[in-house]
This record gives sequence, structure tokens and C-alpha cells, in this order.
Amino acid sequence: MRYTLRLKRELLLKILVTVKRIPDPDESLKFAGGGLDYSASKWVANAFDEYGVETALRLAEVVGGTQRLAEVVVLSICPEGQRQHMTQFLAMGADRGIIVDADPEKLDTIAVSKLIAAVFKKEACDLLISGKLSQDNEGNQVAQRVGGLLGLPQACFAATVAWDQTGSALTVTREVDDGVETKRVPLPAVLSVDLRIVLPKSVSNGSTPASHAYNEGPRLASLKGITMAKRKPVAVLKPADLGVNITATEQTAGVSAPPARKAGQKVPTVDALFEKLTKEAKVL
Amino acid sequence: MSKVLVILETAGGQLRPHSLPGITCAQQIAKATGGELHLLVLGADASAANAVAAAGYGATAVHSLANPALEPFTAEAWGDAIAHAVHALGATHVGGTASSTLRDALPRAAAVLDAPLVSEVVQVKSGDTWTRPVSSGRALLDVKVNAPVVAFTARGTEFEPAQPGGSVSVNTLPAAQVNNRGVQVKGVQKTESSRPALTEAKVVVSGGRGMKEGANFKVLEQLTDLLGGALGASRAATDAGMVPADLQVGQTGKIVAPDLYIAVAISGAIQHLAGMKGSKTIVAINKDEESPIFQVADYSLVAKWEDAIPRLIELIKARKGAA
Repeated sequence: MRYTLRLKRELLLKILVTVKRIPDPDESLKFAGGGLDYSASKWVANAFDEYGVETALRLAEVVGGTQRLAEVVVLSICPEGQRQHMTQFLAMGADRGIIVDADPEKLDTIAVSKLIAAVFKKEACDLLISGKLSQDNEGNQVAQRVGGLLGLPQACFAATVAWDQTGSALTVTREVDDGVETKRVPLPAVLSVDLRIVLPKSVSNGSTPASHAYNEGPRLASLKGITMAKRKPVAVLKPADLGVNITATEQTAGVSAPPARKAGQKVPTVDALFEKLTKEAKVL
Repeated sequence: MSKVLVILETAGGQLRPHSLPGITCAQQIAKATGGELHLLVLGADASAANAVAAAGYGATAVHSLANPALEPFTAEAWGDAIAHAVHALGATHVGGTASSTLRDALPRAAAVLDAPLVSEVVQVKSGDTWTRPVSSGRALLDVKVNAPVVAFTARGTEFEPAQPGGSVSVNTLPAAQVNNRGVQVKGVQKTESSRPALTEAKVVVSGGRGMKEGANFKVLEQLTDLLGGALGASRAATDAGMVPADLQVGQTGKIVAPDLYIAVAISGAIQHLAGMKGSKTIVAINKDEESPIFQVADYSLVAKWEDAIPRLIELIKARKGAA
């Protein structure tokens, strides 16, 4: 209880982070009956969402102090009974969770985005952080859509983020095709994070000493964090509670394995390789 | 009747070449739905629209929406402009090449239009069913879409660049309310290079973790330049700071499909394979014969790069000298 009270007094930001459970991307895919069979899959958290939670925690905490600058709320759209990933993020250090109890396989991206936008509004958040994409579906559009629905500024594919507390803005470097773009967005805003956001010095909040270097990657849950996670509140909402109509504008008409490449050959030496490339493949 | 609208990117008054595959994908959607192809040029002024209109690309019309707020690019202003153009023209489909620009701005517009968006289309199967890769390219999903407006991005490596043909005139769209929501673009730090763009090069030479340090990429640069190609890298190499991040090939980097891809000291994680396995000929050079990269390679050489690359350079130079 004390934990919650302290938060309320010192909060500068409320950060909502979206998290998704996906079939383990390191397991091989099983094609069955014109679809993918995930019945025996291990389900894990989407790696880009781990980066998102890590980003939020780095913004929220003051390394070397006890003060917290932001409340970190994790949001997942998933069946209520399948929330192990949510517990994992609470154990990492997020303050509380919100589950929208629905099967994301039955929702299109329009509905998912509307649900997230509705939670953002209901909670009066200041910042949405999403992974750039989910490793299974690879749509790369949810954060942008929420930005559009709420009319908020956005910074997508972020590699670094610096929070200007007095100016209430974020300065973000974004990875674009031509190089790296620097963009300043006023809060409230939407952020999608790319993988380099979890390098040691990618996130600064103006309070943690600028010299501090984090360990690379999303943090692991501590033993204390795991114990605390069970006591942290997780609210469960239904799509109807958020006034969102579920639409079905997209249907899966089929799933297939990509055509296999023809078997390659081993070449014993560089000279043999050169011979093949000039005479057989004719690419040199 | 369907109306397929393509969002184009321009620079210095000219169309950027990476927009061309998106036009081809749109031509196919227009054909499959029995509709018209329309092109849209966004920018501070209408000069680039004239260049696009002269080339035509088989479009019914080229539209221009000029507003100072559209340069430099922001997803906020472009999102507004795209949604405005779709309404003004009554477009049924809207999209273009999957560049970092459209990946940023198009979902914003799609949300405002309440339109589904099919990302990274690799094949147009019919008017409403398009194929896109998922799970690092390990599966192909056929998505059937049904909505008054449908958005798409086309994977640049999977469609041929559109050819000029049938010049048309420029139609100026009514002024739009565009608002960048208070953002400021402070600039884009470009990686200076005289080499062709990674996504457009005929030859790509990539180095991985096994290159050990940035200085060792010199020898790969030498090979790259001999072949007139572009330099790439795996995530391990960019994360280690050996080369700039924008050289990364893979699921989260650039998707490339050159005629020749040479992977040097790259183990071949799924995420890397997702970015290069569409290449015509793949050569893998790695000292570890268990490396997964060998499973997709046409030619596999188990060797240390320190020995193999200088010899390869020598052979290519000798051949060039002889020719």
C-alpha cells in the first residue's frame, strides 16, 4: 500500500507499455491444415515489448536514488487465463497491469489499436511505448495507429530517447532508411522502440546521472521482483467495457511455407568458389 | 470502381527510385480490381509532381498536395495529408513501397480512415487477397481484406521498378489541414557513402560478428568496391559498433535481394536470414561449418575470412586486369 501512495505523490508521468505474448520465435513452425499449429508451442513475451518495458523503467527510475519519476503500466490484450508474460513484466519492475480479456487472434489490427487507444484515454496516460513490431505478425503499425486515433505526436523506431522534464518533451533518434533522424516530440506522445533502445546509454531521463551505463538488454527480474509481482494489481477489462466494436476486416485465406531454396554446394577453396561464381552462377 | 492511390517520395524535385516497386504493386492491385491507378506527390511545392507526371507510369492522374508543413517529413503531417487525399479522391486503396517513411506515416492515416493495412505485401494474389511474410519470413500469410478503404505497403525487393509510360497532367488537390502536432525534426544524420543504396545494389557484401572489429571491415569494403556493391552487416556487427546501424540487414534492418549476396563471418540467425534470403545467389564464408548461414547459401566455403577475402580480391583483380 505504501508503495502506491509514494508513487502518487512523486509521479511526473504515467507510461503505458503494450506487451504481447507470441509463440517462441526460436521454435520451428508447424504447418497444418492450411494454417500454423501453435498447440504445442511455448509462449513467450515479444522481445520488442521487453525493450519497451525496459525503456519505460529507465525513464521512470533514478539510478542511485529512491525517487520514482513515472508510473509504468503494462497493457496486454490476451485471454485472462494466459498472463504469464504480464507477471514477467511486473517482476521486471512495472507498477501494475491491465489485461483486456480477448483472443488477439480474433481481433484485427484496427480493433487492437482502438482498444489500446481507449485504455490510454481512460487512464489519462502521458506516454505510450510499444515495441516496433511483434516477432510473429510483424505488422509494425500499432503505435502509429494509436498516434493517429488519438491525434498525438509519435516517434517510431526509436534507438535513443532523452526526456526533457522541464520542457515536457522527448528527444528521440529514430532509425530511418537514410540514417538516423532526430525528432523532438512534446508529451503526451507515442513511442515505438527498436532494438538499440536497450544499449547501455540509449535512455536518459534527466535525473539518472548521465554517466550511468546500463547493462545491455532488458533487465532480468530479481527474486524480490518476482515476489512483489504477485502483489501488484492487475485490472481485467472486456472490449465492451472500453466501448470498442470488434471488427473483422482481415481474414487469413491461407498460410504456406516459403519456397525452399535449391540445395547449395560446398566449395573446398576460394579458387574453386571464384570458378563457380564466374562460370556457373555468372555473377562475377 | 476501385481507385488505387500510391504515395510517392521525392527528393530534389525527382521521384526517389525506391518508390517504383510500390507503383508496380499498385498497378497489379488496380488490374486485379478493374480500377484506376493514381499517384500522389506530397511536398513543400509541386515541382516534383511535374517530373512524375511526365513519366506517367501508366497512371490515370498524378495528384499534387503542396504544403510547407510536409517538409521535412513528419508522420503527423503526412498522415493528415494522406487521409485528406483519400477522402478528396474517393480512393479505395492507398499505399506504396514499405520504406521507413511509409511505415511511419501510413498506419497513422489508415487508423484515421478506419482502414486495414496489409504490411510488406510480396504478392498480389487477387483483388482482395495479398501475401505477406510473417515470423521472420518463415511463413507466407495470404490476407483477405474487406473494407471500403484498404491500405498496403509493398516490399521493395518483391516487385520490379515501374517503368515510365504515358505522361499525364498534374491535378492539384484542394488544400489540406495538416498539423505536425508540435514535433520538430532536428535533422537526419546520413551515413555518407559513395556506394549504391543497400536496397538497390546488385551486389551486397555483409560482415558479421566474426569480423571482430570495425577496422577489419576495410577488407570487405575493398571487395565491395571492386564489385560495385553495397556494404551490409549483421545485427551482431552493428550492435558491437563495428559499422553504423543503418547497414544492418535483417528483420529489423534492411531487406535486400541483390543478384549476389556475400555473407562473411555471419552465423546466420533467423533474423538475418529474413533480410537476405530472397537474394539470387548467396555465398557464405565462415570458419564454422555448423553455421546456419550455410543452409541458405548456394555456395558455402568453410574458411577464415582473413585467408579467403584477400585471395578472392586477388582473383577478381586478376580477372579484371585480364579483361
